[in-house]
Amino acid sequence: MSTLHPDEASARRLAGLATGELPTYPVAPGTGDGSLVDDPAVRAPLVLNNRSFHDITEIVCGYAEKPPGRWWLPTFMLAFTIAQLGGLFIGYLVITGIGTWGMNNAVDWAWDITNFVFWIGIGHAGTLISAILCLLKQKWRTAVNRSAEAMTIFAVICAATFPGIHIGRQWMAWFLFPIPNANAIWPNFKSPLLWDVFAVSTYGTVSALFWYMGMIPDFATLRDRADLRLRRNPEGPRVLPFLPLRTDAVRAYVYGFLALGWRFSSRHWVRYEKAYLILAGISTPLVLSVHSIVSFDFATSVMPGWHTTIFPPYFVAGAIFGGFAMVLLLLIPARELFPNMKDLITLRHIENMAKILLATGMMVGFAYGMEFFIAWYSANQYEAYLFAHVRAQGPYAWAYWTMIFCNVVSPQVFWMRWARQSVPVVFIVSFLVTIGMWFERFVIIVTSLHRAFLPGEWHMFWPTAVDIGIFVGSCGVFLTLFLLFLRFLPVFAMAEVKAVLPQASPHHHGNGHGNDHGKAGH
Amino acid sequence: MAKNRKVYVTESGEPVFGVIAEFATPADVYHAAEKVRDAGYTKWDVYAPFPIHGIDEAMGQKRTVLPLIAAGAAGVGVLGAILMQWWMSGVDYPIVVQGKPYAPWEPFVPITFELGVLFTAFATLIGMLALNGLPRHNHPLLKKERFLAVSDDAFAICIESTDDKFDPDQTRSMLERLGGKHIDLVEGD
Repeated sequence: MSTLHPDEASARRLAGLATGELPTYPVAPGTGDGSLVDDPAVRAPLVLNNRSFHDITEIVCGYAEKPPGRWWLPTFMLAFTIAQLGGLFIGYLVITGIGTWGMNNAVDWAWDITNFVFWIGIGHAGTLISAILCLLKQKWRTAVNRSAEAMTIFAVICAATFPGIHIGRQWMAWFLFPIPNANAIWPNFKSPLLWDVFAVSTYGTVSALFWYMGMIPDFATLRDRADLRLRRNPEGPRVLPFLPLRTDAVRAYVYGFLALGWRFSSRHWVRYEKAYLILAGISTPLVLSVHSIVSFDFATSVMPGWHTTIFPPYFVAGAIFGGFAMVLLLLIPARELFPNMKDLITLRHIENMAKILLATGMMVGFAYGMEFFIAWYSANQYEAYLFAHVRAQGPYAWAYWTMIFCNVVSPQVFWMRWARQSVPVVFIVSFLVTIGMWFERFVIIVTSLHRAFLPGEWHMFWPTAVDIGIFVGSCGVFLTLFLLFLRFLPVFAMAEVKAVLPQASPHHHGNGHGNDHGKAGH
Repeated sequence: MAKNRKVYVTESGEPVFGVIAEFATPADVYHAAEKVRDAGYTKWDVYAPFPIHGIDEAMGQKRTVLPLIAAGAAGVGVLGAILMQWWMSGVDYPIVVQGKPYAPWEPFVPITFELGVLFTAFATLIGMLALNGLPRHNHPLLKKERFLAVSDDAFAICIESTDDKFDPDQTRSMLERLGGKHIDLVEGD
């Protein structure tokens, strides 16, 4: 561990080597909350306010154990209502048919696939943070990885809904998988749409496994705390006043079941870390493959505007871009609403993610420019017509320029330090980017389809109430699941956060003897 | 191994799982672990709320076979995916799509990759749990109230009674010498 602690006295106290009052944390002027240290010789603290191991446990478990703020229940009820309304629209769609959407013979993919690609793209930030940043040894990821992974899984759930319901006969959705059936037919393995089925279901499954494995030790912490409270006071609060069921007993059972009997053995930890590394190693190509395969849905067709080789990297960069915007959109309000969350998600975290937004936004902007260049350079008249006359000036030009403004122009403010470090600015840009990334998929799908090769096929697409209802409903599902996550699950990877604290190092000694002492005796 | 190993019981007849000692900091438990390792103990463990960097070396733990399990599963996934796609589209249900061959290898690459990853992920998680002997909800250590603090901020070493070098008095006094606090007997098996 090379983390330097700015204050040796408090480090001694945290390590149990000194007693007394905790010194107030020295926040140097110009470093925001203390995490925006400019000096390259000083490593910015990952957790603020000199938190001890016990503080981390108290803060993180507190979110799952104590009643949330008064904002939680109304927000949850609103989100849940929206989710259920979305479910009603889906029910109406299943009963009535795909004709209730605004699609037609020319534009036969519209909001369904737009929403699918939008959500699956958002899902990419979680695995990027947990896998790629893990391999790159970016320690700041420990504060955001759990919630980003949760967001990934919820986004994949929303995404998977859309291909499932757009097939027309939803009760035949199982035909997507190679399951033996009475017709003795198998799916077409040469189709990118089938690759997509495998990519998305693998991605969802592996992300869920990764997420769950990360939570096992934290479930064990929640289990032990509930168990301890129960041992000390068997007459604790009940789940409901008339039920003879203690809240802590329920916690001990449920968290205990999920913890699988984890007992923090170091022999277990070693294998656990190896497993984590393997999962990070395989998730890295996985996350890159998923949006590449989603882009094959388009790139392997012959539609102008779709049939381009830049699509896989362009889609992956866009997915990371949109995903980080969503992470910020969720975590910025969360760190305001939950007590002490600002000590764990510091301004440095926000700034780092703003930098990622800037970098991936530039990649996306480059891809937009390259599409135009190739349209001209390929000398393909259909391609050239689509870009010059349809996307930039056609009837959907407003959508195209909304996308350009949100995705390419708005992140440019992050070249300026103050903008990256200003939470409201980051929030607004993240919001714009989320809108822009939705429009990107809309532009790709609808503008290409509404101007096909024959002018007789040219047709506009306008969404119906069912289109809108199902999309808004998917946002409700996403928010509902995320609010439940914030309320009941360990929102931070406690074990990982503790491991990056300065006093976690086996070579950290408050009494000043050497750093190499730990290796003695080999 | 020694079948006729001595079985330790408490005065009330409970089997003894081991002797546990608490340590204040990761550094303390790390250095104590090095001494326990050098004393030749094999059946013992360090308990910590997070993985302490380099503790496997301090404990003299062997490398885990988990990567081999994962690699094996990856092979099974890749092979299974190739066989599945080849048999389904080349043998059982050959159908001409866009004038392409029945079973070319190129379009099989994405699904082969995905299934390789899927099998590896399951094998990694299940393999890790199996190597760790989990799930096991009823461990003797979890019955000790003081031990539960390990999931928060405590550090402990437990030397198990099944260790060949285990001796109730000597092991206890060694842990005392190493700076262990709250040394206690763990009952159960």
